[in-house]
Amino acid sequence: MSGALASGYGFLSGPSWNLVADVHYMLSFAFMRNAFAAGTASALVAGLIGYFVVLRASSFAAHALSHIGFAGAAGAVLLGINPVLGVGALSLAASIGMGALGRRLQGRDVVIGLVMAASLGLGYLFISLYSGNASDAYAVLFGQIFGITTGAVRITLLTSVVVLGLLAVMYRPLLFASLDEEVAEARGIRVGAVGLAFMMLLALAVSEAVQVSGVLLIFALLVAPGAIAGRVFRRPAAALALSAALAILITWASLALAFYTPYPVSFYVTSLAFVLYLGVRAASHGAGLRRELAASARSPREPAGDALPAATVRT
Amino acid sequence: MMGTAEPAAAAAGHQAPVPARGLGAGPAVPVIEATGLASGYRGRTVWSGADFSIGAGEFLTVLGPNGAGKSTLLRMVLGLLRPAQGTLRVFGDPPRRGNPAIGYVPQRRTLDPDLGVRAADLVGLGVDGHRWGVGVSPQKRREKGQDVSRALASVGAADLSGRAAGRLSGGEQQRVQLAQALVSRPRLLLLDEPLASLDLRSQQEVSQLVADLRAEYGFTVVLVTHDINPVLGVTDRVMYVAAGGVSVGTPEEVITSTSLSRLYQTDVEVLTDSRGRIFVVGLEAETAHPHSPRGPRP
Repeated sequence: MSGALASGYGFLSGPSWNLVADVHYMLSFAFMRNAFAAGTASALVAGLIGYFVVLRASSFAAHALSHIGFAGAAGAVLLGINPVLGVGALSLAASIGMGALGRRLQGRDVVIGLVMAASLGLGYLFISLYSGNASDAYAVLFGQIFGITTGAVRITLLTSVVVLGLLAVMYRPLLFASLDEEVAEARGIRVGAVGLAFMMLLALAVSEAVQVSGVLLIFALLVAPGAIAGRVFRRPAAALALSAALAILITWASLALAFYTPYPVSFYVTSLAFVLYLGVRAASHGAGLRRELAASARSPREPAGDALPAATVRT
Repeated sequence: MMGTAEPAAAAAGHQAPVPARGLGAGPAVPVIEATGLASGYRGRTVWSGADFSIGAGEFLTVLGPNGAGKSTLLRMVLGLLRPAQGTLRVFGDPPRRGNPAIGYVPQRRTLDPDLGVRAADLVGLGVDGHRWGVGVSPQKRREKGQDVSRALASVGAADLSGRAAGRLSGGEQQRVQLAQALVSRPRLLLLDEPLASLDLRSQQEVSQLVADLRAEYGFTVVLVTHDINPVLGVTDRVMYVAAGGVSVGTPEEVITSTSLSRLYQTDVEVLTDSRGRIFVVGLEAETAHPHSPRGPRP
């Protein structure tokens, strides 16, 4: 089922625009049922983890983990095992390394970048060593949710359950450590351990999302919904819910669009995420301007005093 | 903007917004007690030989140049750093991480302006942010909401509750962080450079606010700053951390030409201007090179 369905089909006739009938028709295909199941599970996880990725400003780490995962996918194809397991194993190992280094890794963009490049190169070597059909490995680069095997669907669902469970357990300490690391530490939270645990959850989320959006387009599913939700809602719980809902809606819409048109799923995922993000940015910019204008009209606000000269005493 | 309830009203028996927990652990037990205390990491001593005792309800200001080890003292009290030498007792016990009786406002420039999370949610972390799980009990949520509102009101920031924390001004952020520290009803409040990056008027406001809250709830305050003037009228005692040593006394005792010259081992002159502000002259090299030969001893 895989290779041939790499991109969308433009299936038969177009949609009937009767939502129930169209969904029913799509789900009459086994590969679409698999795609919706795995896509929904990974989008839910990506949306929730993604909000914390944005809060913790660790989107570069997410990017790095997905690239390292590519080497794992290619290696798995070479060894004849499921690529998802390869992505999971290698990005999980990398996340432990990055999590253990913790704050020492901050600002080490050069080191992370070099590890990313080396991983991509290694993955390319594995692909060239592989004599069979390498489309499985290439699919990891851009995603191939229509080609997902039933085994991979099971792995994805199981991973989602594990990630959701762990996230629920560590929700409050993770939020505290993400928003206010120093106070969290002072209140007794092991911020290093929380950071390591989060990196491992991130690695699992990356391994899932890679199947939908691919290694190279991971940002669309893992970062965009969280970034959008953080601009819309100020309550973390509401923002998390919106982030998960957006990730799922983007995935569903992309699957449906790719089903009825000849273009690939990950193209729609990235485009929808990008357009939504631009729209929210523009809207919140406009709202911010309106608020400021309203505030300045209401009361002649005292000037922002922080610019005044401060210290008078030198010690 | 100050909005703090008058101490008289609080004393007159209406419910205090954030009552201090277990006030009066006994005047006999000092809040912080150090004997021969030394601080340093990896074998390098930053300061040593500190003997002091801070009583319940006292306002102590910690002064000293950058890199002298002022924040290090707070980290030791919080149990995040072990004393290099000597003993340190907090409420009569060795320091331990996550002591709920301590409220802490760390040193920081300003929050990320993109941080869209509400001020109330930041304060709420001080209530239950350290607990596992999601926290779904409706009753606890209601209580948390009330605690957060009271804490914000007590620092005169009730109107900031729903605002995005990153968009607040420096002084407003300082109030929100103060509310976060107060919401767990601490008996000891540690403030690391709360006046840095504030303009003069906000400095005065924040230090007066801390003094008012202390008068109202009776907690002990340890405030780190490099500028004595905003706290001159409200502090009980001053701790000077410099040149590898620590000295404690009233402002009149410690901030004198003789005392500081001895502490810094160089000629220091203390001047007072017509408005009562204190200027310390002669430490320019010390400030610029905190690790110069005259700085912390190895």
